[in-house]
Amino acid sequence: MNLDFGVVERSLPYLWYGFRYTVQLTAIAALGGLFFGTLLAMARLASRKWLALPASGYVNLMRSIPLVLVIFWFFFLMPQMLQALTGSERPVQIGAERTAIITFIMFEAAYFCEIMRAGIQSIPKGQVHSAYALGLTYGQAMRLVILPQAFRNMIPVLLTQTIILFQDTSLVYVISATDFVGAASKVAQRDGRLVEMYLFVAIVYFVLCYTLSYLVKGLQKKIAVIR
Amino acid sequence: MTYVLNWGVFFEELPGGGEQYWQLIVSGIYWTLAVPACSRVIALALGSVIGTIRTTTSPWLVHAGNAWVELFRNIPLLVQMFLWYFVVPEFIPPLKRWIVQTDPANAQFISAVLCLGLFTSARVAEQVRAGIQALARGQRLAGMALGLTTPQVYRFVLLPMGFRIIIPPLTSETMNLIKNSSIALTIGLAELTFRARELGEYTFNFFEAFTAATLIYIVIAMTANRVMAVIERRTAVPGYIAGGK
Repeated sequence: MNLDFGVVERSLPYLWYGFRYTVQLTAIAALGGLFFGTLLAMARLASRKWLALPASGYVNLMRSIPLVLVIFWFFFLMPQMLQALTGSERPVQIGAERTAIITFIMFEAAYFCEIMRAGIQSIPKGQVHSAYALGLTYGQAMRLVILPQAFRNMIPVLLTQTIILFQDTSLVYVISATDFVGAASKVAQRDGRLVEMYLFVAIVYFVLCYTLSYLVKGLQKKIAVIR
Repeated sequence: MTYVLNWGVFFEELPGGGEQYWQLIVSGIYWTLAVPACSRVIALALGSVIGTIRTTTSPWLVHAGNAWVELFRNIPLLVQMFLWYFVVPEFIPPLKRWIVQTDPANAQFISAVLCLGLFTSARVAEQVRAGIQALARGQRLAGMALGLTTPQVYRFVLLPMGFRIIIPPLTSETMNLIKNSSIALTIGLAELTFRARELGEYTFNFFEAFTAATLIYIVIAMTANRVMAVIERRTAVPGYIAGGK
């Protein structure tokens, strides 16, 4: 069998286009997921049952079904929901790429919620009490005292989860979005060069993820020293 | 054009005739259980060996074990699936010849089992290592002092304790394995998610199909959770927090 890695070189601009989408999707999903995940974590820890129960239900549901199924769910539901919201006559199509962004924000929110919940719970009770003793409201105590510390304690875990998310975004392949893997796979099938393309993709992911997790490990040690 | 629910769709016949749609879903459940069951054997066997050698004193073995874990952890599972199904057979001519002849389902099944087995073995190895390293240093030393050889120390002292400690994380690894098996649909394996989508495409009853799949995944996850909880209780180490008195 003859390998021809020239195919990678020839399709670099298209692969770069896919890769940019992968990075974009990862960044938006991580930030959005962190935002909604933090809200979910606060809801799960709330003493009001009507807040805590739906939040934990949502998180447990998202965590017990496969990501592929979640992607299919949103891919099917988004047009119907948008139709209901906009009152349009037919389901509103927004394309695989935008559907994927919403899906990953909603899915990652469940995982970031669990991380933030652990982060919030790791803060000593005295911090909460002293915040209230200073006359801060619940919102102020969360925003100024608890969450900054929780974020800092959880930074390594949040970054590790983001690396996992970076790998998981490859699953948008199932709705034919053109991410890095999607772009490579389209070229691979067009040119009949599956071996070269998939090896190239694997090497790129490996080098990136290995380097990033190495950096996170270093950061973890640094943070551990400060505390 | 609004969506009309039709829960009776599962008892309608397939266009080809004969079978009903619920039978499609059941055949999907079969693969969704068979693939993780087989890969779990590979993952536990390999993961235990690799996790164990990462706690030995030989730097070469430790490096080899670490390299294994990093290799499988830093490539997306989807890409690994493609590597096993499309790339590896190209380098092994007899395997390639077999794949061309055999039923595609066989090739998909074996690729998926190998892929998920090795992927999960890296994660199991990480937990086995953590479990052994969580033990007090005195346990290894006491074993040595009793005159046990290194293999004996592992066989009679460290591994039985280490495994009992890591049963809870291994439970969530089993759940991950079941969820991850859905990725095999990208190489055409007709497991549960694949069948649910197929049902949706045939009948346009996507909502009913995905609801069924979601409920089945929840039931599977809860059952696995219960079974592992029983094992966890039976094997808990007395004197540890999880072990009660």
